Amino acid sequence: MIALSAKNVTKRYTNHLALDEVTLQVPERSIYGLLGPNGAGKTTFIRIINQIINADQGEITIFNEPLQEKHIGRIGYLPEERGLYKKLKVGEQLLYLAQLKGMSRAEALEKLKVWLTRFEIKDWWNKKVEDLSKGMAQKVQFISTVLHEPKLVILDEPFSGFDPVNAQLITEEILAMRDKGATIIFSTHRMETVEELCDHIALINKSKKILEGPKKTIKDAYKSNTFKVEHKGLIRLSDEKYEVQDQHLLEENLYHSTIRIRGTASPNQLIQDLINQTEIHGFVEKIPTMSEIFISLVKEEAVV
Amino acid sequence: MNKIWLIMQREFLNRVQKKSFLIATILVPLIFPAVIGLMVLIFVKQEQSAGKTIVEVLDESGRMNLEDNDKFDFISIQGNLDQAKTAYMHTNDFALLYIPSFELNQPEGMTLYTRENPSIRKIDDLESILEKRLQDLKLEQFNIDKETLKSLRASISLKSVNLSDTGEEKDSNTGMLYILGFVLGVLIYMFVLIYGMQIMLGVIEEKTSKIVEVIVSSVKPFQLMMGKILGIASVGLLQFSIWAVLISVLSTATLNFFDLKMPQQQAMEQVMNQVNDPEMAEAMQQNNQVFEVLKSVNEIPYLYIVFNFAFYFLGGYLLYGALFAAVGSAVDSQQEAQQFTFPITLPLIIAYFGLFMFILNDPNSTASFWFSIIPFTSPVAMVGRLGYDPPLWQLILSQVLLVGGFIFTTWIAGRIYRVGILMHGTKVNYKVLAKWFMMKN
Repeated sequence: MIALSAKNVTKRYTNHLALDEVTLQVPERSIYGLLGPNGAGKTTFIRIINQIINADQGEITIFNEPLQEKHIGRIGYLPEERGLYKKLKVGEQLLYLAQLKGMSRAEALEKLKVWLTRFEIKDWWNKKVEDLSKGMAQKVQFISTVLHEPKLVILDEPFSGFDPVNAQLITEEILAMRDKGATIIFSTHRMETVEELCDHIALINKSKKILEGPKKTIKDAYKSNTFKVEHKGLIRLSDEKYEVQDQHLLEENLYHSTIRIRGTASPNQLIQDLINQTEIHGFVEKIPTMSEIFISLVKEEAVV
Repeated sequence: MNKIWLIMQREFLNRVQKKSFLIATILVPLIFPAVIGLMVLIFVKQEQSAGKTIVEVLDESGRMNLEDNDKFDFISIQGNLDQAKTAYMHTNDFALLYIPSFELNQPEGMTLYTRENPSIRKIDDLESILEKRLQDLKLEQFNIDKETLKSLRASISLKSVNLSDTGEEKDSNTGMLYILGFVLGVLIYMFVLIYGMQIMLGVIEEKTSKIVEVIVSSVKPFQLMMGKILGIASVGLLQFSIWAVLISVLSTATLNFFDLKMPQQQAMEQVMNQVNDPEMAEAMQQNNQVFEVLKSVNEIPYLYIVFNFAFYFLGGYLLYGALFAAVGSAVDSQQEAQQFTFPITLPLIIAYFGLFMFILNDPNSTASFWFSIIPFTSPVAMVGRLGYDPPLWQLILSQVLLVGGFIFTTWIAGRIYRVGILMHGTKVNYKVLAKWFMMKN
């Protein structure tokens, strides 16, 4: 099932087009990475899903229903710019935010106890937010995002401001939510996060979606049939079949080469050709990182 | 609606639970009377200690014969002006008054020498003494004797009585009404400004702390704005009610302490005294409660004033509060807000001046009418007129327009607010505001 589907969503501000006919589909129970350079239109798109602003054109459906006010309680949103009421105590704050999402006070109280115990912050209940450290406040804000058990969680740069221990904690929670059936949309610049967590990806650049699909498919599509080989002694391959892009000495007589197959030869063929000349110490296909795909696509666009 | 209620509750609790609210609520009713009392005390002390002002008079005409009164002591001196001046410099006397010989028709050349700049009040007093004396001299010229002169002077004080439509006569205490109008008008002015500012600061805080994006993903910006405005309004009403109760309790207590009685009590006792029959008196005592109710019905103006005051407080507050909310949403800091708060408060300040210049002096003039009809000034102006019993149609017209006015400003503010709260780091001017206002949803 599709958790969220956007069709030809367009948003125009007075001087510029923030979103231009963006169409994308977020499968249910996926961790969906929404990538793009600064100012590409990600925040605008997220705000439209959250009904903070309305699109000029296009349709958005959520769990196969047109997006409406009643869906607010089914979405959890962690904005990039974190913020809480500084003077309000942690407990009151979380209860208030949960009630605004449509939970009853009693229900919110019950769930909060579980979360605060799990995050080991039970004794913060009566602390004012202004007395918390930045990382502590982030934890509180994360709880406020997911307390009402949203079916769709939208996280804008969720790991900024977390130390590795807490980042790990949050990662586990995100995976646990996915396993319980939630769909997660990530908006991020941190490619490690994307590599590690996302299974689907969309790339937005200059208000347009330029790439979308499962991570594996995208990576396969951007493979260039290039292999990294570690070997003893220099090699010489036929220029017709292979292109040796780089060859450098690692240590005494041990070389590292990047070789691209020009024709239709299989990796096994390449190994066979190599065995005749050298002793192979390592052989691995060079798979493009998301970061490389991202950069190459965005740069390409910039040139065009 | 439910969410507006939630936000309103939160805003209310946030503010009421603060220590500053408690302190302000309890201290203001104590401080205000204390300050006023202190000022009166100082004034009285000053008047008492001041004593009489001594003025040396060098009268070359020999005709003025100024008489001492309760303010001035006149000392007659001789010699020429230069000697008198030198002599005056060695005394502590207030002034030296030089009167040359003059023609009655053209009294010129009278001069007052002083060491310090004399107050206008003293000059006025001296001038009127001199004028009076000159007048007497002129009358004497026409051979009118002093007795006749005395009988010429009449002293009256107007007793003012209002005739109502039913022909009923009501004593009107203009001085009392003036004070009432003054206090109510200034109260509204202060309430609207203080609570309006609180709305603005609250919105700015939400915007700068970035919480607003989380909130508007749960509620509509308009709900957030209305919740905040209404929440602060309820704080204002609570504070006002506490003040009203505290002040009335305190003043009753104080009056009792000085063995003075509130007018109502006096009236009641008079009624009790008139009832000579002891049985009747007893019956009346038993019917005391009924009596109280009847009496309060008789005193409808109080109820009328309280009700209308509450109406104009709420109306004015909502009208300006929405605008303050819009300003708060548009800016990133309090400093930036200043350029917009001035134009907003301007009509309020104009109303405040109008209160003193027109409304209190002439509550039924054309200017007063317009001031109390236009929604931006009517909360201050009409409240100032309340005691003077403005025509019912004007009151209704003013209130309908005020309701229309705050619906209008709320609509405008809502449109600016929904865009403004999400904008950071934009340089905002009126053109930008207009653009936000026009922006479609």
